[in-house]
Amino acid sequence: MRLNLKIWRQKDANSKGQMVDYTIKGVEGDMSFLEMLDVLNEELINKGEEPVHFDHDCREGICGACSLQINGEPHGPDRLVTTCQLHMRKFNDGDTIVIEPFRATAFPVIKDLVVDRSAFDRIQQAGGYISVNTSGNTVDANATPIEKEKADDSFYAATCIGCGACVAACKNASAMLFTSAKVSQFALLPQGRVEATERVQNMVRQMDLEGFGNCTNTGACEVECPKGISLENIARMNREYLNATVKG
Amino acid sequence: MGILDSKVPSGPLADKWTEHKNKINLVNPANKRNIDVIVVGTGLAGGSAAATLAELGYNVKTFCYQDSPRRAHSIAAQGGINAAKNYQGDGDSAYRLFYDTIKGGDYRSREANVYRLAEESANIIDQCVAQGVPFARDYGGLLDNRSFGGVLVSRTFYAKGQTGQQLLLGAYSAMNRQINRGKIKPFNRHEMMDLVLVNGKARGIIARDLKTGEIERHSAHAVVLATGGYGNVFFLSTNAMGSNVMAAWRAHRRGAFFANPCFTQIHPTCIPVSGDHQSKLTLMSESLRNDGRIWVPKRIEDAQAIREGKMKPTQLKEEDRDYYLERRYPAFGNLVPRDVASRAAKERCDAGFGVNKTGEAVYLDFASAIQRYGKEAALTSGMKDADDKTITQLGKDVIEAKYGNLFQMYEKIVDENPYETPMMIYPAVHYTMGGLWVDYNLQTTIEGCYCAGEANFSDHGANRLGASALMQGLADGYFVLPYTIGDYLSHDIRTGKIPTDSPEFDKAESEVKDRINKLMSGTGEHSVDYYHKKLGKIMWNKCGMARNEQGLKEAIEEISALRTDFWKNVKVTGVADGMNAELEKAGRVADFLELGELFAKDALTRNESCGGHFREEYQTEEGEALRDDENFKFVSAWEYKGEPKDAVLHKEDLVYENIELKTRSYK
Ligand SMILES: Cc1cc2nc3c(=O)[nH]c(=O)nc-3n(C[C@H](O)[C@H](O)[C@H](O)COP(=O)(O)OP(=O)(O)OC[C@H]3O[C@@H](n4cnc5c(N)ncnc54)[C@H](O)[C@@H]3O)c2cc1C
Ligand code: SF4
Ligand code: FES
Repeated sequence: MRLNLKIWRQKDANSKGQMVDYTIKGVEGDMSFLEMLDVLNEELINKGEEPVHFDHDCREGICGACSLQINGEPHGPDRLVTTCQLHMRKFNDGDTIVIEPFRATAFPVIKDLVVDRSAFDRIQQAGGYISVNTSGNTVDANATPIEKEKADDSFYAATCIGCGACVAACKNASAMLFTSAKVSQFALLPQGRVEATERVQNMVRQMDLEGFGNCTNTGACEVECPKGISLENIARMNREYLNATVKG
Repeated sequence: MGILDSKVPSGPLADKWTEHKNKINLVNPANKRNIDVIVVGTGLAGGSAAATLAELGYNVKTFCYQDSPRRAHSIAAQGGINAAKNYQGDGDSAYRLFYDTIKGGDYRSREANVYRLAEESANIIDQCVAQGVPFARDYGGLLDNRSFGGVLVSRTFYAKGQTGQQLLLGAYSAMNRQINRGKIKPFNRHEMMDLVLVNGKARGIIARDLKTGEIERHSAHAVVLATGGYGNVFFLSTNAMGSNVMAAWRAHRRGAFFANPCFTQIHPTCIPVSGDHQSKLTLMSESLRNDGRIWVPKRIEDAQAIREGKMKPTQLKEEDRDYYLERRYPAFGNLVPRDVASRAAKERCDAGFGVNKTGEAVYLDFASAIQRYGKEAALTSGMKDADDKTITQLGKDVIEAKYGNLFQMYEKIVDENPYETPMMIYPAVHYTMGGLWVDYNLQTTIEGCYCAGEANFSDHGANRLGASALMQGLADGYFVLPYTIGDYLSHDIRTGKIPTDSPEFDKAESEVKDRINKLMSGTGEHSVDYYHKKLGKIMWNKCGMARNEQGLKEAIEEISALRTDFWKNVKVTGVADGMNAELEKAGRVADFLELGELFAKDALTRNESCGGHFREEYQTEEGEALRDDENFKFVSAWEYKGEPKDAVLHKEDLVYENIELKTRSYK
């Protein structure tokens, strides 16, 4: 197929960016979206131009690095996939595809399609852990049985890949889905309960400090999340937060 | 040629590690505050090491090339992590895990290291559960296990198909706790470009800030490299796009010996290559071999009909299928070790039985597992005479619960539904057993330079068993290195801060800058990927699943010529003082072009077949690997002397005091 691409190009954090048009031929359905961009980049390099920069690494939907806004949707039109797992068979010959970085005040652009998501790290640093030493003097792993259902729910919350699509999808650029996934993972486990109050307060405080917006329950995040992280996590975090505030 | 001292403590195998820990010098907590440690790499090995070192009180700086430690390639590990917990009561023990690992590695690993690994394995699971890692559980609320290849017990812990993700996020959270306490300073989007030695000791690194292009100096009392494997020397592999050998290779050039570079693991169950545009290969976890049966058609006509799209695999009757692993290896069947399974697939495809367009694919079939699980589920839910449709649906539900994300991934890539038609798989490069040589303390041949995780060579011999890399990474990082490094650092309590304005740092920095300038000033014939793909083809065709003397000699010549061409004609666009993904790639590929040649040289030197290293000249009549213990029971450790062809071989003799060397048999 032959495609028209409109891609956001921006030299660096301090420059102004703009959309640039490219056409690309010989795209096959079996290619992933990023492989299509590889082909474009190879052409650009051969012409002596700078390739389009984008974040990527694992290319199998698990590292959370890839982060493109494709035709207005984070990770593109397919559901439950990241950009690297999106295949070109989802597009048709002659299509125009608009490719932009994830947009949010808390995610400033570094170059082209690469954004700075270190705010997510800082939210995790504020409380996304259980305070246990790692030198290995803990109790036997089977000492506390955990209901399968709870363990499974905790696992599902823990599968968030930290990509930021939820923020990019939200008109308020809220990071509630991301933050609540971690809060939930630990809130559902007995070993996480001990610090539950402090954790939710610290993580929410950091989230606000980073400049993410408020949640107005539009649910756009859940729709675009490549890992199917559920809105229930936000509800759970709200309960945890309320409890924490009542406790003072 | 010299003989290497592995510093394995004396005494009975089972007591070595405890005894060693008892004797090791310790650094008192007040002094630890005056000691800096650099950890390059934040995967399972580096992330866990950084967390424990910080917790012990050292000042830690971490480095990774991704934008966050959470994205290290450990995140992609799917199937599970081994531990000798014996929760299933099936006769497992530290000794059995030790024995399986040595045998699985085809008797080319160090007994004492492997025993320590097996000993610490149970501790890892306890530790991770305490940190809130949500492993899979059974209905009684206890931890569940599955089986991996090459063993007869069920000792693999897992979190669906995302075990690596959950373990890495555990290590990441432990790091975050220490970052929050100010004990770890993270340098993300930073690449280590060189190791700095002062008076023969590793005292820091030169790093490039990948956002700004700035070249930085960082000093420390010791440097830990946990930078992962070098499978990307093959261009196509299951590794992440950025996985590289740069850090290890720079250390090698500064004096760290590189061990067993030719020991590479080709994983039997990956999604086959679909075309030239392909940028990487995707693994389908080994755990699938618990339930999937591997086959090709019995008759070559049927294979041909399938390739031409005239026949569907589901149309082929049971008796017309060749379940070749079950046929050749009745004792282990579909769960033979990876090297054996990969070679068997290649053998069938080379003989013309491949089932996709390119003829390089075999089937992994879940139909019988779906029926088996479906019947069981029907019975346990009280349906005595469930119909076929119900049984099939129930069976699919069980398979989905176990492997759902893998099946989804397969469907997205291949555009076929693996619940309805068998998966197609083919071997692909996956893991590198070789790496920097380390002694029992995980120290390389450079004083103060340590190496952990996939980047070192230590525990897996010539073939790694499934679910053992995660175990090794975390054992190295949480429980081994933080202690053994203390012995070294105890001599540094009065050293004070290491200055970065010394001539050694000046020199290292200017060498890094020169190299970058040289890469940027190539006359510009070809892109970096052009060279990387060429290198990958040479490696796959001549240093891949089967190797022979002539091919290896050719590979050495071809890689050397390609390297010369690269330095003359590579084209890197953009600028050096800003973000430049092409420049990053160029630096990595330049090192692969050196490593690749050493790899071939190592394979050429090892005149035997063992584990993943299969030399066609050395095989039994049935086509199994033929080891030569008399002449090759050693670790090859290469010393850098300029060009790879000049590298000097040092040997570490492997001593087996507790295990009798046998021909590996899975029949
Ligand atoms: C698809 C896949 C599935 C797997 N499944 C399993 C499994 O089920 N069970 C199992 O036991 N093993 C599995 N493995 C193997 C296992 O995941 C790896 O061997 C292991 O995770 C490696 O961990 P590591 O910490 O050594 O390195 P990595 O996790 O690769 O981390 C390397 C780190 O080094 C950094 N780095 C590299 N170079 C530089 C540089 N020059 N400068 C700065 N930083 C640098 C990176 O940023 C990263 O942080 C799998 C591997 C793959 C690829
Ligand atoms: S919640 Fe979903 S969309 Fe948001 S960061 Fe996690 S995986 Fe990405
Ligand atoms: S590149 Fe890792 S999730 Fe897309």
